Amino acid sequence: MSLAQYSSPPTLAEAMQALAGGTGARPLAGGTDLLVQMKLGLRSPAHVVDLKRIPDLMALTLDDNGLRLGAAVPGAVVTANADIARTWPGFTEALGLIGSSQVQGRCSAGGNLCNASPAADSVPALIASRGVCHIAGPGGERTVAAEDFTTGPGTHCLGDGEILVALQLPLPAPRTADAYLRMIPRTEMDIAIVGAGVSITLDESGVCTDARVAIGAVAPTALLVPEAAAALIGSTLDADSLQAAGAAATAAASPISDKRGTAEYRRKVVAVLVRRAAAIAHSRITEST
Amino acid sequence: MSQPRKIHVSTTVNGEPKEFLCEPGQVLSDALRNNLALTGTKEGCTTGDCGACSVLLDGALVCSCLVLAAEAEGRAVQTIEGVAGEGRLHPVQQQLLEHAGLQCGICTPGVVVAAKALLEQNPDPSEEEVRFWLAGNLCRCTGYDKIIVAVLAAAADMRAA
Ligand SMILES: Cc1cc2nc3c(=O)[nH]c(=O)nc-3n(C[C@H](O)[C@H](O)[C@H](O)COP(=O)(O)OP(=O)(O)OC[C@H]3O[C@@H](n4cnc5c(N)ncnc54)[C@H](O)[C@@H]3O)c2cc1C
Ligand code: FES
Ligand code: FES
Repeated sequence: MSLAQYSSPPTLAEAMQALAGGTGARPLAGGTDLLVQMKLGLRSPAHVVDLKRIPDLMALTLDDNGLRLGAAVPGAVVTANADIARTWPGFTEALGLIGSSQVQGRCSAGGNLCNASPAADSVPALIASRGVCHIAGPGGERTVAAEDFTTGPGTHCLGDGEILVALQLPLPAPRTADAYLRMIPRTEMDIAIVGAGVSITLDESGVCTDARVAIGAVAPTALLVPEAAAALIGSTLDADSLQAAGAAATAAASPISDKRGTAEYRRKVVAVLVRRAAAIAHSRITEST
Repeated sequence: MSQPRKIHVSTTVNGEPKEFLCEPGQVLSDALRNNLALTGTKEGCTTGDCGACSVLLDGALVCSCLVLAAEAEGRAVQTIEGVAGEGRLHPVQQQLLEHAGLQCGICTPGVVVAAKALLEQNPDPSEEEVRFWLAGNLCRCTGYDKIIVAVLAAAADMRAA
């Protein structure tokens, strides 16, 4: 694999400097997308800037503000954390679905987001759980909602020299749970043809007071579907409301047909997965209280 | 284009300090095999799919074909060469032999490294957990059952030890 330069700066400032100015430099997290793409000749950066020596990118903190997950923290570190798995079972499972045990040793939620594949598994779950992206760049720091980060297949909102530093998941309200489901043609190690992330909040009487529904692999980017959430809010997640939420997801989808599945199939399955993920989130709340 | 400057890497492999010079674009599996003559680590697909190149990097199971050699600077690498004790096979290796869990052997170093990593964090895995954990270790010969049986037997041996 031809590459002119590798560096592993220990600070954000040095990494931003290395990446800025259109010099053909590209950040490296776990490399499970980037190094594959370089080997296949799909990308040939002049300089690979390894972000894994920057403490902020590798930090993980869970406190009253929720989870702050360094953008380069490997999946295996997240899924091994029982507190994270208990608080965000859907996001944790979505991240854990990426690749094999070996891929889990490297793949990061930040890399999954920045690679900007429409089928990235952790992204609908991140959006459903109100994820926020902390970005640092030569012009300072900013935050972007997870649903606004990706702008198309392979493209995102980061400007010159900007780095995704961390993902923030706010602590869920009481009686809230999330869930993520994907459909793959095989039983494991495959790319989603549909993904659905759902977060549900119930009041004491079992009425849904808040909901977020996000879908993946059925549009150029993962999509937040407020119409699907609206169909759930105010209901007890009865069959009719789940049906309506699924129909809203189908209406929001604009999938392509490829060797993994036709557009028609994806449109149909996205409704099924939204319904099932909502039902799983619902049972997670009722079973834990 | 001028030749990229070589990178000097100081690392630890199987507990021993090692140094090598690598190209910026060289991957760890290649450096282990060609710079350090540790040819136990295999290269199959070179794109993260087959697991033949499995090693531990600072304790994490990874595909060494998807790690740049330069990333090993200051980190600890564990390869198949470090698995057997002096004159004694690791239980996973012993049970793979007992159960004919290998034929051509190209997948075996990766299977052993991955299975050992599993048993160290989960001493009593279910069959499903073993199958799921090893889903990234492809084997064209055995049909997997013998590997799974061997790993479960090794787990039992290690619990009894
Ligand atoms: C065998 C295999 C199976 C896989 N299975 C799945 C799967 O089931 N589901 C799935 O969604 N994906 C899958 N993937 C793809 C990949 O593993 C994931 O997308 C992973 O999360 C990428 O994370 P990474 O840390 O390895 O990213 P990298 O490859 O390091 O980076 C990905 C991209 O993001 C950029 N980048 C990384 N970090 C930052 C940052 N902090 N700021 C700015 N830019 C950044 C890089 O320049 C690169 O373009 C698979 C890959 C392999 C090899
Ligand atoms: S050679 Fe590394 S996964 Fe196949
Ligand atoms: S023994 Fe031949 S590939 Fe596994």
